[in-house]
Amino acid sequence: MRWLLISMLLVAQPALAIDPLPFKDRAEEIRFQHLAKELRCLVCQNQDLADSEADLAKDLRKQVFDLMREGKSDAEIKQYLVSRYNDFVLYDPPLKPGTWLLWFAPGVLVLIGAGVLVNILRRRARHVHAEPETGEDW
Amino acid sequence: MSRLLPLLVFAALCGLLGFGIRWNTHHETNEVPSPLVGKTAPEFTLPLLYEPAKSLSRRDLLGRPYLLNVFGSWCPTCQDEHPFLMREGKSLGIRLIGLDWKDQPDAAKRWLQQFGNPYETIIADEDGRAGIDFGVYGAPETFLVDAQGVIRYKRIGLLTPDVVATELKPQIVAVSKVATP
Repeated sequence: MRWLLISMLLVAQPALAIDPLPFKDRAEEIRFQHLAKELRCLVCQNQDLADSEADLAKDLRKQVFDLMREGKSDAEIKQYLVSRYNDFVLYDPPLKPGTWLLWFAPGVLVLIGAGVLVNILRRRARHVHAEPETGEDW
Repeated sequence: MSRLLPLLVFAALCGLLGFGIRWNTHHETNEVPSPLVGKTAPEFTLPLLYEPAKSLSRRDLLGRPYLLNVFGSWCPTCQDEHPFLMREGKSLGIRLIGLDWKDQPDAAKRWLQQFGNPYETIIADEDGRAGIDFGVYGAPETFLVDAQGVIRYKRIGLLTPDVVATELKPQIVAVSKVATP
């Protein structure tokens, strides 16, 4: 039983090659997988291009592969997809005026929170100093 | 004032949540705005579905505005959209070009025979390359292209009477006005 389990675990590989592409070597395959991980599948939008089984994702993987073979750089391949499908295809959206809110809002919110916290703590400290503990809870 | 502050913050959060709910019910959350709107339509040369020996290119369509409807016989939502195109296609007052996307020509012909053909011309994009150039990701999709070959409007998903009346019709009117020089 235990051997069965172990052999099953050995057989269970992460689903990498959904459609086997004719990579010429390991380096090319690694580059492809890396690129496909950074691109979003438009059909099932919470999956990347590497993992998606959608038919369009298969076509786009093929397209990415063909562009790699044509000697295009990663940036050029990303630009190819962005010019058709918007920045949304990138999992790592570029920093530009349209995405400032996306990039900076979390930091701004943390700063506001910290400001409020500091304010409350200061006021409370002053409160304690001004009138000694009366046992009354506010 | 400081007593009221938590209440105000709470009210603001409620407002934000309400806005989010409203936004999500009135917008297609999966919709990705196309970067191609306002740009020249991508180049394509594709065979006609019914006469594969002949082909149609982007240039052949210049001069008059047209509506490019991306469909496929494999696409259930296209089937939902189809009766509308059959019924209202003519009254839109614009050429309706079908782009049969990632489809077997024979399957497409059977489908059109069964449900009717609302298109003036149908081009076949069997391997889906032209679709990718147009940034298609979910059929049905509809592009409005003006006489100069510029994409003026894109609808992702079903053309409903409501969308046509509020979005597409005014755009068609606008491109038809400038169409005749």
